[in-house]
Order: sequence, then C-alpha cells, then structure tokens
Amino acid sequence: MPLTDALRDDILASVPSLRAFAISLSGNGDRADDLVQETLLRALANIDSFQPGSNLPAWLFTILRNLFRSDYRKRRREVEDADGSYAKTLKTQPAQNAHLEFEEFRAALDKLPQDQREALILVGASGFSYEDAAAICGCAVGTIKSRVNRARSKLSALLYVDGAEDFGPDDTVRAVIGGSGG
Amino acid sequence: MKDVKSQASKNAAPGKQGGLNAEIQSRIGHQLRAMYDDVVRQGVPDRFAELIRKLDVPQPDPQLGDTGDQAVKNEGRD
Repeated sequence: MPLTDALRDDILASVPSLRAFAISLSGNGDRADDLVQETLLRALANIDSFQPGSNLPAWLFTILRNLFRSDYRKRRREVEDADGSYAKTLKTQPAQNAHLEFEEFRAALDKLPQDQREALILVGASGFSYEDAAAICGCAVGTIKSRVNRARSKLSALLYVDGAEDFGPDDTVRAVIGGSGG
Repeated sequence: MKDVKSQASKNAAPGKQGGLNAEIQSRIGHQLRAMYDDVVRQGVPDRFAELIRKLDVPQPDPQLGDTGDQAVKNEGRD
C-alpha cells in the first residue's frame, strides 16, 4: 500500500517498541538504534508489500528480527556491553540495588540461546500472542511455546537457583532476597 | 497464609520444569517488562521521527514502468 500519512504515523508509533526489542536482542543501545534505522528504511522501501489491515508491528518486528539474525551471523556479538552502553540508554539510573539486580537479569538474559531469548521477549515483554510471535520467527506456535517455557526455566535457574538442581528452598529464598548474597 | 506458604515451597521444588515457583516466574516477567518498558518510555528519538517524516518513497513513474531500478538504468545510459 502507498505510504499515507496515517501509515507513517503508525510506523512512528511502533518505533519505541522496536527499539526496546532491538536493545533486548542485541544488548547494545547504539547497535540497536542502527538496527531500528535499517528496519525503518527497509520497511519504507518495501511498503507496497505491506498488506493494509494486517499487523503492522508484527511486520516491522519481522524485518528487524531478520536483519538482526543476518547481522548476527556475520559478526557474532561484539564486546558485550563492556562500557555499560546499555545502561547509558536509560534516562534515569536505577538505584544501586535495583541496578545490580537489573545487570544480573540482563546478564542472565544474554546467556539464553538466541531462539529462546527472542521468543521470551516477544511474548513476555512485547505482548505478542504466541501466534504472532510464531509468524515473526517463522516457526510453529508449539515451537514458540516450548522456547518460552525453556527460556523461563533457564532464567529461573540462572537467577534464583544458580544452576544447581540440589539447592534447597532456603537457598532459593536467600537468592531472591539477597541478590548477590553479600 | 500457611496454606499459601506450603503451596509455594511445593512449587519451588528445584529441577522440576513444571514446578517452577510461580513467584519466581512473576518476578522474571516483571523484570523483563521493566527492562523493556524503560526503553519504550523514551519515546521516539528525533533521528527516527525525522527519518520517517522526510523519507518519501519514490513513486513509480507509469511512463517508465513500475520497476524501481528503472531510474538507475536511465542514469547509466546518460
């Protein structure tokens, strides 16, 4: 369809969540914005292939996800946010404890296999249905469901059970309350 | 209260995939959304607003046919 003003507005309205998705995937604010820019350029160049009335955010997310994956294959992840550039993208610095917890969460998220991470983000944060997430990732709905479940289990183990199967509830509770345990 | 507690510790049985503690799961969900929404709340950076506003999709000229690379070909001929 032609690029109407209404469509322009709709694309613009998708930018904040596209950025959040890109940052969640790449873990790097600068690179995420490059991804978003490339996504927008590609979307605008191919706007006539967008079906009016279909899900615009899902279409844009699909473009971004594919760009990220082809880019990822090329250069793998570079230094993992060594200078805290992700934290710098936040307008307000979280309080110290919250910040620590945030960094731990971010680090655990980075340890997930890419398939699981993107599925969890799409369903758990972007708010897409399993069906939309499956369309974005080009796989079956059941596959998305199992990826999301595995991602949750793994995060839970990384953050709260510390990877051990034989930790008692006391340790779990301590980890939840104490964070670093210090 | 007591019931809730014993229920929770049952669910917390480690190593059981189906028995993930509901509290931990809601905590993970909360952190995930907090991370995401921090970025969403930043809105649209100027560079993207401008890019979308300024960029016009080249309208295919009916005289030249509807392929986008027609212009490139013409340029080469000149």
